[in-house]
Amino acid sequence: MDFLLHGFFQAFQLLWTGDPETYSAIGTTLAVSTMSMAASLLIGIPLGFGLGVNDFAGKKAVRTLVDTLLSFPTVVIGLLVYAFLSRKGPLGDFGLLFTLPGVAVGQTILGLPIIVALTATAVETLDKRLKPTLTTLGATPRQMLFTTILEARHSLMLAAMAAYGRIVSEVGISMMVGGNIKWHTRTITTAIALETGKGEFSVGIALGLVLMAVALAVNLGVATLRRRAA
Amino acid sequence: MKKLLCAFALMLLLSVPAHAAETMMLATTTSTANTGLLDELIVPQFAKDTGIEIKFVAVGTGKALKMAENCDVDAVLVHAPAAEQKYVDAGVLIDRTQLMYNDFVIIGPAADPAKITGKTVAQALKAIADSKSVFASRGDNSGTNKKEISLWKEAEMAVPDAQEWYVQTGQGMISTINIAAEKNAYTMTDRGTYIKYEANHNGNAPLKILVEGEKTLFNQYSALAVNPEKCPKVKYELATKFINWMASPATQKAIGQFKLLGKVLFTPNAAK
Repeated sequence: MDFLLHGFFQAFQLLWTGDPETYSAIGTTLAVSTMSMAASLLIGIPLGFGLGVNDFAGKKAVRTLVDTLLSFPTVVIGLLVYAFLSRKGPLGDFGLLFTLPGVAVGQTILGLPIIVALTATAVETLDKRLKPTLTTLGATPRQMLFTTILEARHSLMLAAMAAYGRIVSEVGISMMVGGNIKWHTRTITTAIALETGKGEFSVGIALGLVLMAVALAVNLGVATLRRRAA
Repeated sequence: MKKLLCAFALMLLLSVPAHAAETMMLATTTSTANTGLLDELIVPQFAKDTGIEIKFVAVGTGKALKMAENCDVDAVLVHAPAAEQKYVDAGVLIDRTQLMYNDFVIIGPAADPAKITGKTVAQALKAIADSKSVFASRGDNSGTNKKEISLWKEAEMAVPDAQEWYVQTGQGMISTINIAAEKNAYTMTDRGTYIKYEANHNGNAPLKILVEGEKTLFNQYSALAVNPEKCPKVKYELATKFINWMASPATQKAIGQFKLLGKVLFTPNAAK
């Protein structure tokens, strides 16, 4: 019980005194999750839109695949990405192993199915009259995409938050692909794993609290944006 | 939205640390990382002396050697001489240099249910097995795990695996010690990590050293460079600089002075 309390106080101390290691882990976490979120959104929204709007042969199969990928375990992604990015692997020449972009590749694989699946659902559940209306107004496919996204923005924001929640808290990919390198690829989650491995529970708890604070800040930020947009 | 993007861009910039001129990748054991030797002494001092930044990943010796084989690191700092030799023979690793040592110890609850205190390693392992006292093993192919397995063999016993009293944690050394402590179990660890564990408990740890001091428990740490002929992209020059620096008198002295609770964690023994 003692170390829980100790961890709580230490969390405030670490944040308040601007402990460079803590802030490096926070910065790394934010940087890498921003990269993977940006990639997931940029790739995922058009894909999800296409999946939701269009009817094509094998659509059911694609949906099933995407839904299955929703529960892709992070350690399996980590393992696969590691194997591909290793210098002995097919993508080894890019030198991405043990770098943040490398981790971002893995986290994008994690976040992408969430964005695609939820975007598709959001688009499907929009007012059925939207598409014919836009068509009669002579909208180009591009305008159609943007208008639909605008209509579905609340659901998309939820999708983004769900993906962010999963990305920011995962440890398997960050550990395996990033290697938990201090000042470089050490994120909050891998730092927690390390500190626990060292038996420094209170630092681990402190970092855990920080991670929750980050999540809270992101949620509050999104809520504010949403209120302003509404 | 623009503001938000700007904020994110700024965050990205801030989170990219100022890079040293050159960096090298090192794969190492959990003991050198968990005790703070790398973070507190070697990485900052090496950067100061040479301007080279060390990026290290702390994994078990088994995985560190595999990373070298995959050309993913430039050098390794490990402690499993027999396993190292295999990689040297295969031409994956070269320039093996002995740097420092400590020793393995068998630790367990102060009450010592299997009565192993003062026994030899072989007798102690037999007593643990016979009394079916819980023994926690790393079970992760690390240097410590390899040593533990060889000790069962040296004691002329079958290496336990599925026995109920034999717990394989698959985790790092201190995690394994913590699991052993929770289970009131015995385990084997290197002395450096044990001292760190003691320090975590302010010197009053639940598990005590019960068996120590035998020749077979000697634990040699060495650094090896990845062979550039096998891995053309590897930074052999930096690896060589690192190994020579580790073996230099000044660094050796600093390693000998690296203490926790006033106890030496690693004793330097480079040949030069």
